[in-house]
Amino acid sequence: MQMRPMTRVLLGLACLLVAVWLVAPTLVVVPMSFNENKSLAFPPQGFSTQWYANFVNNPDWSSSFINSLKVAVLVAILAAIVGTLAAFGLDRMKSRASGLLRMVLLTPMVVPGVVLAIGIYAVYLDMRLVGTLPGFVLAHTMLAIPFVLIAVTASLEVFDKRLELAATSLGAGRLTTFRTVTLPLILPGILSGLLFAFVTSFDEIIVSLFITNPYLRTLPVQIYTSITRDADPTVAAVGTILLFTTTIVIGGGLLLFARERRT
Amino acid sequence: MAENKQVGRGAAIDIRSVSKVYGNFTALDNVSLGIRPGEFMTLLGPSGSGKTTTLNVVAGFTEITGGNLEVGGSSVVGIPAHKRNIGVVFQHYALFPHMTVGRNVAYPLALRKVPSAEREKRVKQALEMVKMSDFAHRYPSELSGGQQQRVALARAIVFDPPLLLMDEPLGALDKKLREWLQLEIKRIHRELGTTFVYVTHDQEEALVLSDRIAVFNRGRIEQVGTGRELYDEPQTLFVARFIGDSTVLRGQANSDGTSTAISIAGETVTMDKRLPGNGAPVLLLRPEKLALRRRGNGQGESGLNRLSGTVTEAIYLGSGSKYEVRLKDGSTAIVRSPLGEQSFDIGEAVEVTFAGADAKLLADDSTADQTLT
Amino acid sequence: MTSSPLVETDPGRVIARPEPAAKRTRKPLGPWLLVMPALVLLVAVLGYPLVSVTMRSFAEPDWGLQNYTWFFGTPVNLIVLQRTFAISAWVTLVCVICAYPYAFVMTAVGPKVRLVLVLCVLVPFWVSGVVRTLSWVILLQDSGVINTMLRGAGLSPVRLIRTQTGVVIGMAQVLLPFMILPLYSVMRGIDLRLVQAARSLGARPSKAFFSVYLPLSLPGVYAGAVIVFILALGFYITPALLGGPRSTMLSTLVQNQVLSLLQWGRGGAMGVVLLVSTFILLALAAPLMRQRYKQAGSR
Repeated sequence: MQMRPMTRVLLGLACLLVAVWLVAPTLVVVPMSFNENKSLAFPPQGFSTQWYANFVNNPDWSSSFINSLKVAVLVAILAAIVGTLAAFGLDRMKSRASGLLRMVLLTPMVVPGVVLAIGIYAVYLDMRLVGTLPGFVLAHTMLAIPFVLIAVTASLEVFDKRLELAATSLGAGRLTTFRTVTLPLILPGILSGLLFAFVTSFDEIIVSLFITNPYLRTLPVQIYTSITRDADPTVAAVGTILLFTTTIVIGGGLLLFARERRT
Repeated sequence: MAENKQVGRGAAIDIRSVSKVYGNFTALDNVSLGIRPGEFMTLLGPSGSGKTTTLNVVAGFTEITGGNLEVGGSSVVGIPAHKRNIGVVFQHYALFPHMTVGRNVAYPLALRKVPSAEREKRVKQALEMVKMSDFAHRYPSELSGGQQQRVALARAIVFDPPLLLMDEPLGALDKKLREWLQLEIKRIHRELGTTFVYVTHDQEEALVLSDRIAVFNRGRIEQVGTGRELYDEPQTLFVARFIGDSTVLRGQANSDGTSTAISIAGETVTMDKRLPGNGAPVLLLRPEKLALRRRGNGQGESGLNRLSGTVTEAIYLGSGSKYEVRLKDGSTAIVRSPLGEQSFDIGEAVEVTFAGADAKLLADDSTADQTLT
Repeated sequence: MTSSPLVETDPGRVIARPEPAAKRTRKPLGPWLLVMPALVLLVAVLGYPLVSVTMRSFAEPDWGLQNYTWFFGTPVNLIVLQRTFAISAWVTLVCVICAYPYAFVMTAVGPKVRLVLVLCVLVPFWVSGVVRTLSWVILLQDSGVINTMLRGAGLSPVRLIRTQTGVVIGMAQVLLPFMILPLYSVMRGIDLRLVQAARSLGARPSKAFFSVYLPLSLPGVYAGAVIVFILALGFYITPALLGGPRSTMLSTLVQNQVLSLLQWGRGGAMGVVLLVSTFILLALAAPLMRQRYKQAGSR
């Protein structure tokens, strides 16, 4: 589209500002994490790695990290399986029924977090699931299924089902066809669903805040309580660690995906 | 596969009164067709006529709702597609994008647990047969459409199926490539000696390739025969219209049992033929059975039928000329005259002549035109 | 030939084939079996809890509409309800204003720059939400980055944390990707030749933009705005950490009723109000979203 030079400059500037606004604020945790004082006031004073040491040594922090990891891994696997099965089922259903069901399965994305949280809390109180691993895994899996469903559906949509027919004609039974043709071709979708499910669980806070108890506390809950209770720069250290690990994991995933695409 | 060269090792197919009904739509209506071992049979028809459904039924992709189907002498009804050992080539190639050409072709052998040395040898042979040996390590996305289809063909024949089904395999390719691949397919059929069943809506392609052609219309087979039989002796108006050009005339018919006279817009033509059935007949004439001459230009040979008209189109074809003549009743006659005959101009008043023996009398079928357009 | 076996839905009518009944029924039932685990989980961990919250809002402490009459009869609640909608509207507006030029630039630049812009949008997705809110606390607090810089420049500090402005700034940043992505997907499909056509017919650039491009991009704006608004309505963490008593949103009130006051009925009633508002909005927005699909389909 033709634009006047002035318009061009203004647009570029606006875009740059938005990009900075999206990315820069998060980076502020990095300098704060090396603060010498036990304070989150800006600018940080001196240089110290004590908050990283605290993250590793303080059981409140390390155990909540382990808990989050445990829950997220289980959720990723469970949600990937359940979500993939559902995506296949919807794919093979008559269009009207599948459209409705798909909407139903996506509702966790739009239900306000707190409403869901008090509901789950109420039910978990009755069933003694508060502060338990199964409790966390079930709730987070439910929240993660939409992401798996979306990712797998997207790759099923581009998957050419005539390939299954071709495999059948060449002598492959149902299972063999699935294993040798369907699965390898939709694997990127399943893997990205798995990743989304992991992140969803690892990052989930609202429901976790309600169903947590001193015995089982996840990392976001620990961060949240730390922020509300005192100005402990350990949160900044944790934030920095999370920022870099996720960047590396996702960056690696993107690279892998890009290479996969090329072939 | 020179050492495997043998004739007649294909499977016979016997389709007996097969029906396929979807809800209230009848895709196949009591279809019967026998295919001989090693034969190249083409299923020809417009879209929706049932030819692809027939192919899918034989392949095992579609369950039949009535009748029986035998491949190689035994019924395959209820046998799933992957146990039928039938090669299928699809219109859109259906090569596995995550496997190289070599692995695609080896796929059916791996499923059959063929030892790897033997597997390699047969993959090589199959790729040689389709002239794709140099591409074994490429991925399908790196190949052109024609190359992909040749790989698909190699994959469908590598496990030596006694029957190969092809569903408009050349439909997505351009004309030049299509004509060349037609000859390739013919050669491969000759070398393999297996039964080929080929689906197409292109009558020229059917004529080039086939031993016999089955013409489909509205879920039924109209006629089965060689290309020549279908052209010279069409049994139905639909077949006549679908294969080759033809002039179709309708008029008032009178038959005395041995000969028939038809009056068309005041002119009467006669022939020593009986009426087919009891409905109003149509008169069918192939372009090369018709001749043209200037009107009022003396008396022609006696015994020839004459219809007067005006030339509306004259096309020079190199090997001769093709004319369209508007007859008095408004219908159009298509005339092909060989090279060296006198030529006519558009607008000229002419007479179309033909021998009564060359005319075909067929039962009228008003649906023939509908399905064709 | 339209009847490929792939698209056929076999009604399972087999006359000629003497087959066990089990195999015949597997076809239509199979897909349902595959969806079942997800559905069961959804009913157990989403459906049942929501139903039980709704029940409690009518049943505790006594049966009746008491909790709803209390909710709509207490001025503070109505103020918070109004504020929740107002903040969501502000956040949506900020998102639209910021996302529109950004998404447009994404469609106009080369592939390399586009990749950078896409990554910038995705960063908020993969950085933990709590950490991002923490960053905003550090930035906006009285001794935060912004006020330190203002003081350094000799200006008087502004109060940002525990104000509505702070909440809107933080929420908008978190929700911006949900606005940019749908906008981008719609803008990418707009045929720029239409704008050229308008120009060739004599429209000035601004006129061509407002009469051709903007209307074509509106479905993307609607879709993004609906998503952002709905997500903003239910926001909890950001307002809780960045907001103060004068910027409380409905979610915080719900949490307060249930966890601090143990008023399940009242909390439930508030939750139901929030839930119903969300679904009403979704239903209202559905036609707009459908319009978007229609356009995408005709591309």
